[in-house]
Amino acid sequence: MVEWSDFERATIQDIFSKMEYEVVGPAALSRCLVVYPWTQRYFGNFGNLYNAAAIIANPLVAKHGTTILHGLDRAVKNMDDIKATYAELSVLHSEKLHVDPDNFKLLSDCLTIVVAAKLGKDFTGDVQAAFQKFLAVVVSSLGRQYH
Amino acid sequence: MSLTAKDKAAVKAFWGKVSGKAEDIGTDALSRMLVVYPQTKTYFSHWKDLSPGSAPVRKHGKTVMSGVADAVSKIDDLNAGLLNLSELHAFTLRVDPANFKILAHNILVVLSIMFPEDFSPEVHVAMDKFLAALARALSEKYR
Repeated sequence: MVEWSDFERATIQDIFSKMEYEVVGPAALSRCLVVYPWTQRYFGNFGNLYNAAAIIANPLVAKHGTTILHGLDRAVKNMDDIKATYAELSVLHSEKLHVDPDNFKLLSDCLTIVVAAKLGKDFTGDVQAAFQKFLAVVVSSLGRQYH
Repeated sequence: MSLTAKDKAAVKAFWGKVSGKAEDIGTDALSRMLVVYPQTKTYFSHWKDLSPGSAPVRKHGKTVMSGVADAVSKIDDLNAGLLNLSELHAFTLRVDPANFKILAHNILVVLSIMFPEDFSPEVHVAMDKFLAALARALSEKYR
């Protein structure tokens, strides 16, 4: 079981209560597809991903980015059992989507960078530590059911 | 994943915009690294004060960023250009190369915070590649 300090719990709730899902989600996913182009392998049917401008303007990328970010809501609401919360999604990503779990870390790094830009100096070292710990638990849970 | 001409141009252009704040960038990146990745503190047990923004952290942040500035100027041949630094890291400092990635990540986070408008996805990928190439050059002499 993951131990969360009061500060960590409060920080995660705070960040997500103020989250602009339709801005941050698309920004994080498009950034991931640009910075780590091999991640585009999972989006063959998303149309034009030929260059950074196309990726950033792509409405399917934007929609999916928002979907993914909302996927984190479950973890935010169930911080004490993220592993169980994501068991089903882990199976989905493994058995149906066949996503290499290394990709989860890549997306989470891009999400960290986007949230950092949004929060500016409020994204202190302690806030960054809490946010990255939360994402690390999510990433680990999503990779848990792979075999 | 070597640096293309486009990457090098992007790095030089972006560095031109941000180099004035190099000391602040280095200080913040190092401070964050020590907080977010506490295992990195093991390399600095000789410092009196490891708290964010402390004097030794600021001094070292400046040192690290002048290394980065040097690397920008030698971007066309990092291995040759950073030979001395590589020997230093390999034989004297013996920093586990995994930590280069950790520091690079924190540099990117700081760049994102300090230059949100300029740190576009294209600049991000060029800087990420550059810092990875820098890390590779620093690890050259390890074994």
